[in-house]
Amino acid sequence: MDLPISTSSTTGLIIAAVFGTIFGILLNKGRVTDYNVIVNLFRFKDLTVLKIMLTAIVIGGIGVFAMKEFGWIEGYHIKDTNLAGIILGSGIFGVGMALYGYCPGTAVAAIATGRIHAMVGFLGMLFGGIVYALSYGWIKANLLNIGQLGKVRLDEVTPIPALVWLIILTVGSIGIFRFIERKAVKPDLI
Amino acid sequence: MNKDSQFSNPGLSLSMKEKRWNPYLVGAGIGILSWFAFLIVNKPIGMSTEISKFSGWVTGIFAGSEFVSDNAYWSSKAPAFGYSTVFLLFTAVGAFLSAKLGKDISFEKVPEVWATYQGNGVMKRMISSFLGGAILLFGARLAGGCTSGHGISGTMQLALSSWIFFPVMFITGIITARILFRKKTNA
Repeated sequence: MDLPISTSSTTGLIIAAVFGTIFGILLNKGRVTDYNVIVNLFRFKDLTVLKIMLTAIVIGGIGVFAMKEFGWIEGYHIKDTNLAGIILGSGIFGVGMALYGYCPGTAVAAIATGRIHAMVGFLGMLFGGIVYALSYGWIKANLLNIGQLGKVRLDEVTPIPALVWLIILTVGSIGIFRFIERKAVKPDLI
Repeated sequence: MNKDSQFSNPGLSLSMKEKRWNPYLVGAGIGILSWFAFLIVNKPIGMSTEISKFSGWVTGIFAGSEFVSDNAYWSSKAPAFGYSTVFLLFTAVGAFLSAKLGKDISFEKVPEVWATYQGNGVMKRMISSFLGGAILLFGARLAGGCTSGHGISGTMQLALSSWIFFPVMFITGIITARILFRKKTNA
C-alpha cells in the first residue's frame, strides 16, 4: 500500500473515523473530558493534563523524528511563527481555557459524555470562530505581519540539533514526572 | 478532595470499563496515535481549524454561502466535509463509547470546582462557558492552533510557534484560574 493515503479518499475518511475514535477514548480515559481535571491543572491541584501532554510530546516527538530520519515521512507540518499573533493568541487561549474548562478537542469529547455546559461553550466557540473570521482582514494587516519568522523549528533558531532537543525534552519530562510524583506523597506542598 | 486527583495514579489496566486510565499510558497512546497519523495520512492531529470551518458553515446557513466565500479567512479555509470533520465527529463517538462503558455519562450543568468558588447558578456557568468558548477559539485561531495542533502536534515537531504557545497559555490560564477560584462561596 502506498503511503500516505489521501485524506480525501474513502479510505482516508475511514482512517479519520478510526483515529478520531481512539483519540476520543484516550481523552475520556485520561479524564480530560472532566472540567475539574482541566481547571485543577491551572490550580496545581491535579497534574493529569501535564502528564498526558508531556508524555505525548516525548513519545510522539521521538517517533516522528525517527520516521523523518528513516525517510518514512516527507516533512514536518508546523505552523507559522508570527510573534504577535502567537503570543497574543496563546494568552487569550489560556484565559478561555480556564474559563470554559476545556480546549477545543476535549470540549468535543466532553459534549459526547453529556456535559451540558460543554455544549453551551461549543456554541461560544462557533461564535468566537465567526468573530475571528470577520476581523481577519484587520488582524492580518495589523497583527499577523509582526514578527514573522515563518515555519521554524527549535533546532533552526538555536545551535542545538533536533536530536539534542529531544533528549533535553525527554530527560526534562522524566525529571518533572519524578518531581511531581514525589510531591504527590505530600500534596500540601504543591 | 477530588478523588480523581493526581495523587493516586491508577494502575495499568486498559479496560474500557475503567473510568480512568493511567495518564502516562494515555499520553503514550496519543503520542503513538500521532505516529500513525503522520505515517498513514501525513496529517497531524488538530481540532480548532475544523471548528472554525464549522462556524463558517453555520454562518453560511444564516448569511448565505456567498458571504462566507467572500470572507478573507473562510476563503482560505473553506468549510467542507472532509477528513478533519470525520475526525472531529468520531472523537465524540470515541468519548461517548468510553464514557458509556466507563459509566461517566453526566448531564453536568455546573461542575464541582466552579460551584465551590462561583456558586451553583446555572445561568452564570452557561454564560461563562459561552464566553470562555468564544475567547478560546478566537485565541486558537490567532495563535494558529489549539492544545492539539500546537500543544501536542506542534511541540513534538519542535515548532518554535508551539513552544511559545504552550508556556504562554499556561501562564494566562494560571492567572485566570487564580482570579476565578479565589474565594469560596457559601452556596
